[in-house]
Order: sequence, then structure tokens, then C-alpha cells
Amino acid sequence: MNDLAEIISQNEDRLRTEWIRTMSSAVERADLISKAEVDEQCASILRSIADGAKTSGPENLAGAGWNGARDLLTTISSSRARQGFSPTDVAMFVLSLKQPLFVLIREKMAKSPDVLFEMVWSATRLLDSLALTTTESFTSTREELIMRQQQELLELSTPVVKLWDGILALPIIGTLDSARTQVVMESLLQAVVATNSRYAIIDITGVPTVDTLVAQHLLKTITAARLMGAECIISGVRPQIAQTIVHLGINLEDVITKAKLSDAFALALQRSGRAVVKTAAHAAANPLSGLFGKREE
Amino acid sequence: MERIPVLRMGSLLLITIQVDMHDKLAMQLQDDVTERISEWGSTGVLIDISSLEIVDSFIGRMLANIAGMSRVLGAETVVVGMQPAVAITLVELDMSLTGVRTALSVEAGMELLYGNAIIGTEDERTEA
Repeated sequence: MNDLAEIISQNEDRLRTEWIRTMSSAVERADLISKAEVDEQCASILRSIADGAKTSGPENLAGAGWNGARDLLTTISSSRARQGFSPTDVAMFVLSLKQPLFVLIREKMAKSPDVLFEMVWSATRLLDSLALTTTESFTSTREELIMRQQQELLELSTPVVKLWDGILALPIIGTLDSARTQVVMESLLQAVVATNSRYAIIDITGVPTVDTLVAQHLLKTITAARLMGAECIISGVRPQIAQTIVHLGINLEDVITKAKLSDAFALALQRSGRAVVKTAAHAAANPLSGLFGKREE
Repeated sequence: MERIPVLRMGSLLLITIQVDMHDKLAMQLQDDVTERISEWGSTGVLIDISSLEIVDSFIGRMLANIAGMSRVLGAETVVVGMQPAVAITLVELDMSLTGVRTALSVEAGMELLYGNAIIGTEDERTEA
């Protein structure tokens, strides 16, 4: 059975050229990876396949001899996942070796059909399983990427900012689901304790839609904050969302809601006994401002 | 027997819960609080639960009960210093303690109970 290893290592250059030709007719991704790099990767894969076939035999794919080939393919497909290749591109990378290899085997073994069939069969199994390994590691790398991005999104989208002494703001961006509500709730409550804040403004300008579930999550957060002694004000209610809330019959009567974050901030300042006033110096330097101020009254 | 102390601070009562609550202790506390309110004529009850890290529906109900009893006797209850985890648990248990006032700290709670009167006079002063 070691003939396969011999055939591969003896005809490495020819196989590689044929392989790359088949590969590029199936998938052309010159934009993502350079020709020289592909060439080098193919050469090292061919060498490691020949190695594996020589030490463990083409039948025993779980053998230690194949570790090199498997590791190499895993590394390559992981890096391709990051570079933005599609799953087809990555699977075809290995599968396109089939044709040149079969052609080669047929040439060499033309005299004995039985051996030819046997060899083609073992080569098929070998390449299929290598292709599976490649696809699997490609998928797992992609999943890792997605998981990490989700985690980052979760952390990014729940900042608690201190607006004033005793007044916090929590701008929510994106849809509120159960998992995010938990994170939002925890970070808000922890910030309330850490900063000893009486007022928390939850700004929902960045929440695309408010349905009954989102409203329920918001109410939960508000109730928890109230239990701790902090008062919540919802701001950033867009006209569309105000209509949706009324049409859905969501009861937000126990909650203070405002259209803008500035309105909510003004209310929080007022409730904590503060006021924002224009400084005298500014009014003196700008006589018109006083005039307009009076006219407004 | 173990007992939760009820301290008198002027017209207020201060209760600090620092031990695990169980039936007997809760019943004893309810007795004590109602007795003291009628004895001293207290107008406010502060329950400090800042050292409570685990809460169940029993404690939630006990807090609501004490608040209800105090209100009947003419005293307002403020629960102060609830931990975030405790607040989340109570919300998940669907016990929002409606009718119980809350504050971040004992200080804030006292301000809340005393403050109503002070703010009232201030408002009157500015109006006048």
C-alpha cells in the first residue's frame, strides 16, 4: 500500500501544478491569497500526505503519521476562515486534488486494474476525510469568531455613564432580548450601588422596535432598580414607538417616560433639587440673549 | 432567643437584618415592630438589608407584611441598601414590593422620611 506514498512523492511537482490548475478553475480567489502562498501551502500538504501514507498507511487515518497533515490543514483552513473564504472554497481546496491524483494513479497502474481500483478507493477515502477535517476546523473557527463578536457586542452595547452626581444614563443600542436584559440589568444595578445614584435614565433611542417582550424586560429592570432605591426614567421614545406601545396596550403608566434624553436629564436634575442656569457673565457679554430669554417668557 | 434589634432614632425605627431569617425570627420581628410603633408613636420604619445576600419569597413577603402593618399603624416603611443580586432575585420571583418605598442607603432613607416635611416648607417659602 505504500505505493501511494511513493507515487505522490515521486511526482510531487507535477501533482502540485495540476492541483493548482484544477483548484483555480473551480475557485478563483486571487483577491484573498497570493499565488505563491497557495503554491507553498500545496507543496507542504503534498509532502505531509506522502509522509502520512508512508508512516501510517492510507487506511489508518487516525494514526499518528497523519497528525502532521491534519494539523497543517487545520491551520490553513483556520487562517482561510479569518481571511473570508467561503466553505465551498475551503472544501474544494482539498477535493480538487482528486482529479490530478486519480489521473496519475491510472497512468502508473494501468497494467493491473485490481490494484488501480484499490488505490483509487483508498485515495478517495483519504481525501474525503482530509476535506472533512478542513471543513470542520473552518466551521469551528468561524463559530469562535461569531461567539467572540457576540460577546464584544454584548459588552459594547451596555455602557453605563454618569451624567451628574447621582444621575446615571444607560443608552441601549440594539434589540433587547433576555440575555441582554440580564447584562443590562446587572451593569445598571452595579453602577447604581457603585456611584450611589438616585436617578437612572434608560435611553432607548437605539432600540429599533419595542414589543411586549422588550417592554416586559424594561419593566423588570426598572422594578429591580426601584427595589434598590433608584428611580428610572425612560427616554428616547420615538413617535413610532409611542404609537406601538399604545397599540399593543403596554402599561407604562407607573414609569416616567420622556421623548428626549435631555428632557429626562432635566427632570432628574429638578427632582434632585438642582437647576441649570445661564451664568451672569454670559448674559452681560451677550445682551441679546437676555432679550430673547425675556421674550420667551 | 435570637432577636433582631429594633432601634429608636427620634421618630423613626431602625431595623438592621444581618442574620438568616426564619419563621420564628420573622414573627418575632413583626411583633416587635408593631409594638414599638404603637408604644413610641414612630412615623417611619427603616429596614436595612444591605448585608443580606440571599433572599427568597419568604423574606420578600415578610418585608411586604411589615410595610403593610406599619402603614396601618401610621408609619411609613423604607427598605434600604438592597444588593443588586437581591433586587434581581425579587424581580424574578415576581415580588416587586409595591407599596414599599426604597432608598440606596440608611442616610438616603432618613432623608426620604424626614425630607418630605423639609421640602414642603421650602416649597412654601419659595411660593411666599
